[in-house]
Amino acid sequence: MKKSRLENYINEIKLHEGKVLSVFITCGFPSPDGFEELVLSLFDAGADMIELGVPFSDPIADGSVIQFSSQQALSQGINLERTLLIAEKIKSQSDKPIILMGYANPFLSYGVSELAKSIKEIGIDGIIVPDVPIEEYDDFFEDNFNEVDTILLVSPTTPTERVIEIGNKSSGFVYCVSVKGITGKQHIEQKNSIEYVRGLRHILKNKNILVGFGISDEQTAYKFSGVSDGVIIGSAVIKSILNSNGTYKETLDFVKRIKNKISNY
Amino acid sequence: MITQKTYRQPDSAGKFGKYGGKYVPETLITPLLELEKAYNSIKDDEDFNFQLANLNKNYTGRPTPLTYAERVTNHFSKAKVYFKREDLCHTGAHKINNVLGQILLAKRIGKKRIIAETGAGQHGVATATACAKFGLQCVVYMGESDIERQKPNVFRMKLLGAEVVPVSSGSKTLKDATNEAIRDWVTNVEDTHYIIGSVVGPHPYPMIVRDFQSIIGRETKEQIFLEEQRLPDYLVACVGGGSNAIGFFYPFMDDKTKKIGIEAAGYGLNINKHCATLTLGREGIFQGMKTYLLQNTDGQVNEVHSISAGLDYPGVGPEHSLLKDNGLVEYYSITDEEALYAVKLVSELEGIIPALETAHALAYLNYLLPKTSKDEIVIVNISGRGDKDLNTIINYFNPK
Repeated sequence: MKKSRLENYINEIKLHEGKVLSVFITCGFPSPDGFEELVLSLFDAGADMIELGVPFSDPIADGSVIQFSSQQALSQGINLERTLLIAEKIKSQSDKPIILMGYANPFLSYGVSELAKSIKEIGIDGIIVPDVPIEEYDDFFEDNFNEVDTILLVSPTTPTERVIEIGNKSSGFVYCVSVKGITGKQHIEQKNSIEYVRGLRHILKNKNILVGFGISDEQTAYKFSGVSDGVIIGSAVIKSILNSNGTYKETLDFVKRIKNKISNY
Repeated sequence: MITQKTYRQPDSAGKFGKYGGKYVPETLITPLLELEKAYNSIKDDEDFNFQLANLNKNYTGRPTPLTYAERVTNHFSKAKVYFKREDLCHTGAHKINNVLGQILLAKRIGKKRIIAETGAGQHGVATATACAKFGLQCVVYMGESDIERQKPNVFRMKLLGAEVVPVSSGSKTLKDATNEAIRDWVTNVEDTHYIIGSVVGPHPYPMIVRDFQSIIGRETKEQIFLEEQRLPDYLVACVGGGSNAIGFFYPFMDDKTKKIGIEAAGYGLNINKHCATLTLGREGIFQGMKTYLLQNTDGQVNEVHSISAGLDYPGVGPEHSLLKDNGLVEYYSITDEEALYAVKLVSELEGIIPALETAHALAYLNYLLPKTSKDEIVIVNISGRGDKDLNTIINYFNPK
């Protein structure tokens, strides 16, 4: 097993503050100017970790909100190289975890072993590649990520034996996709989804589970954190940034409210 | 289904050498495994093959003819040229071969709703047609640019009862329609089967689509033996995703017949507005597969161009990537302009108006034929007919 900083970090939060809040944000969105400050203020508002999205031209698992933010970021010249530079700057000012999240191709193009080296140097805590399932894990990561957490996803279509297999391979935590569908889904059938996550809790006894996709408000976050170790919000944050004109006050308040709500568990 | 004696692809993990695989979100893995299992259980099933053969014969109108292109042959005065006439399939292109197979498969696994992506509209029309015949709900994703340039096919799909969903993201063409279809599938995976129109996407699609399309090559082989009592020297086909080409080549993979795939060079290879994936792309991961990909240095997928909507795609089927690397197929490219003149030439000489996609393969005869001799045989796969392209062709030759 990898010795996982993320796992220890999550366990630590669970001991003192209840549940974990992870915030996804597309790197360089809404603008590369002031982006590091935005991330730092998200930390201050209550984000326990940041999933830094590497924009990709063809994000097949994402809904329109994250698609839009990726396009914005790309058109402002954000690529993997700049994402790593930005991560480095954030890391120099905060020791809260940063996880790189992105589709396989920009990573492949950069060179996966090169990437592993950069990630280690910068101190990035983990990586999530949603289009690399366990079938392709060894081909894609090879032996390069032995010291960095590789977080894998389970979804409502994943059968039990496979959940166990993924749980064994995933390090840091297991990313639980709450619904069949893409990010930013509006109307999720909460009852079924919560039952499904509750089921996962029993299968993955020794793993931390964070729930993402479709967590759009405090109530949903609260309900899902009740059956897991925390929640991931992405589209809702990006939407809020889009609606806020220049100041991020509402966005930061939103993050604060969610963190407060789930800390009650 | 036939399998080749020495050429066997993909492996059990769905890899064609290092290409192919299943690079998809976790939600799609289980449906892909189910699909693979279902396909493996029916592909040698007598009932299934009887049903499909019956549809191919009595609905599509197979076998399609192998036409001796006498005046094209005389035009070059070199090798004898034959056309495999997929343009005569019901709905006007080879796409129906794959769709009928997959519709039967979808019925087997109990899916009631069918989705598809389309570029030129031929795959969308074929899917809408088969859904009408089998009484299934049909949703077709199509890029807004393609809707504009392939209007007749949009009307056809609607008339056939399909819902055509315009896609406005990215370059508004085939790749974006495919992204949107994948997103739909991830969301509605329980009751929906996604009929991919080419030998692209995650395993098992490239294999399934190839197998259903390989009827083109099987018939060609029989027909040329009957006509000439020997194998052809050359097979030529256009390559976008590459389904007509693979279907045409596959039964000849163990033979010494030279196989040539023609990509779209768009405005020209030197101005970066083309779809010559195998010529100028490099290894990438895109829409579920590892394959050659037209991308920038950051690994972002390029916005590509071809006058033919069916070839306007930055990726290519993973099997073609392997065949390019191991040299079993040669790949070249043809510009928009060359393709347009080939439409004209073949229309005038043979009374056949080919699709703009097909015209890329036909235009390559200008390069290939001079190098051949009179005792050689070339067969071009006429993958589709050109009615859908009349607007584009008229606008080019008679600009307003």
